[in-house]
Amino acid sequence: MPPATHPLLILHAIGKTFASGVTALDRVNLTVNEGDFMSLLGPSGCGKSTALRIIAGLSQPTSGVVDWRGAPLKQNDIGFVFQEPTLLPWASVYDNVWLPLRLRGVSRAEAAPQIADVLERVHLTGFEKAVPRELSGGMKMRVSIARGLVTRPRILLMDEPFAALDEITRFKLNNDLLDLWAERGFTVIFVTHSVFESVFLSNRVTVMAARPGRVFDEVAVDAPYPRNKSFRTSPEYAALCRKTSDVLVGAINATAQDLEAETYGDH
Amino acid sequence: MATIDTPGRAAPPVVIDAEEARRERSRRLERTGRWLLPLIIMAAAIWFWDRICVWNEIPRYILPRPGVVLNTLIEDAGLLFSSLLVTLRITLLSLALAVFGGVGLSVLFTQSRWIEMSLFPFAIVLQVTPIVAIFPLINIYVDDQTTKLLLCAWIVAFFPILSNTTLGLNSVDRNLIDYFRLNGATRWQTLWHLRLPAAMPYFLGGLKIAGGLALIGAVVAEFVAGTAGQSSGLASRIIEAGYRLNAPRLFAALILISLTGIVIFLTLSWISHLVLHRWHESALKQEQ
Repeated sequence: MPPATHPLLILHAIGKTFASGVTALDRVNLTVNEGDFMSLLGPSGCGKSTALRIIAGLSQPTSGVVDWRGAPLKQNDIGFVFQEPTLLPWASVYDNVWLPLRLRGVSRAEAAPQIADVLERVHLTGFEKAVPRELSGGMKMRVSIARGLVTRPRILLMDEPFAALDEITRFKLNNDLLDLWAERGFTVIFVTHSVFESVFLSNRVTVMAARPGRVFDEVAVDAPYPRNKSFRTSPEYAALCRKTSDVLVGAINATAQDLEAETYGDH
Repeated sequence: MATIDTPGRAAPPVVIDAEEARRERSRRLERTGRWLLPLIIMAAAIWFWDRICVWNEIPRYILPRPGVVLNTLIEDAGLLFSSLLVTLRITLLSLALAVFGGVGLSVLFTQSRWIEMSLFPFAIVLQVTPIVAIFPLINIYVDDQTTKLLLCAWIVAFFPILSNTTLGLNSVDRNLIDYFRLNGATRWQTLWHLRLPAAMPYFLGGLKIAGGLALIGAVVAEFVAGTAGQSSGLASRIIEAGYRLNAPRLFAALILISLTGIVIFLTLSWISHLVLHRWHESALKQEQ
């Protein structure tokens, strides 16, 4: 799916300083195009999650503007997937996916077709009645993605959604997420620690540096979609990973120099 | 795709090694022992009680034999059970009020930190002051006997519900709160769909404690108010029996109170299990 080029969202010089005096973000400029799959990649403490929260409207920037290109942001426009599945533990899969619609006043029956559709797309048909504790980590994350997509958002914000999963499950979810993205054509901002994941998924990787959090560089991942298993083992993928990795090392070194040798601890 | 965690169960009969067999055997023994052992100990204790009475020739107005107590329980059944109903009524009413008051106040607390900061100390003062010491005041200000007893039992019972439910309402996953915000949930929606269900395990824990405390409160209140006369709950029966050196009836009333407490506890535990077992305790029985 060729990404369109008109911008959906522009961050103008976003800064965020916490009351403790920590500068989480410093003049972050970022343009997200309609249909982009953009990864925010960077070391811990580079403000990727903070940036995501500001885009979601969960947090206010200290300075700068989040510009939705004139289109007033509607509630349905944003889907959010957290690092943890963040489901209601007492509610069934069905009711968990119903939740965002329920909060908008859609009845259980009215929501049924949408819920059935989205559950089918994340391969959870048949698990409607299960409660989260009866599901594996990967399945819980699928529920979380289904919940994020059931309102048909224009943009899906994902905060390290697969970080806690085993590699096999993560690969599967990567593939399924790309399928969904291709089918539905929404925009994704995907926060991750992983070079490999960001390159596999995105058409653009924005690399951030820490202390203060800022945009360090951007890597265009110009490999064509659909990407599948053969892409994962291709020299092209390896080369893109190396390139991205080099940029990330640069970002980490920039941080280290800023602090005159504070070590980078990966989580 | 169907990678579901199904901890080993529903396995067909398989050959197991000696260690597994031993483990299985001890598990089965433990299951039986859990109810059998207390029963045996209880029976032994009652037998020993009976023997002490016989060996030492203790008169029945000091320590009646268990058989005598049982007889009294049957002979005085009418009197004792009508008293039990009186005590039970106070207990259950005060428990219901404690649920309303405790949950209501804790919901109020979570609506505003300011309200919580202002009022919580009062709840603590009420809780830590021994009810027996407050009762003379209640006795002065409140005329109606039932109201007196209710108020007394309520003061004892509502605190665990209040403190537990407040804790539960405030222990909601921050991300879920953010998620509700992101979806434009109203305060009421967040309370109803998120905070209250999340607080349920805490509330039910508090309820179990409050059930026992409500009974204690009802009995203590009746003890203190008992001299006033017209009340006829189990506590008054105990006092009365004490004056008349009617030890068998005293024991019978005591046993009834104990049994009531046990029944209340078991009922509340059962309710708690019904509500929570699917998502809060280990129960993975239904699916596949």
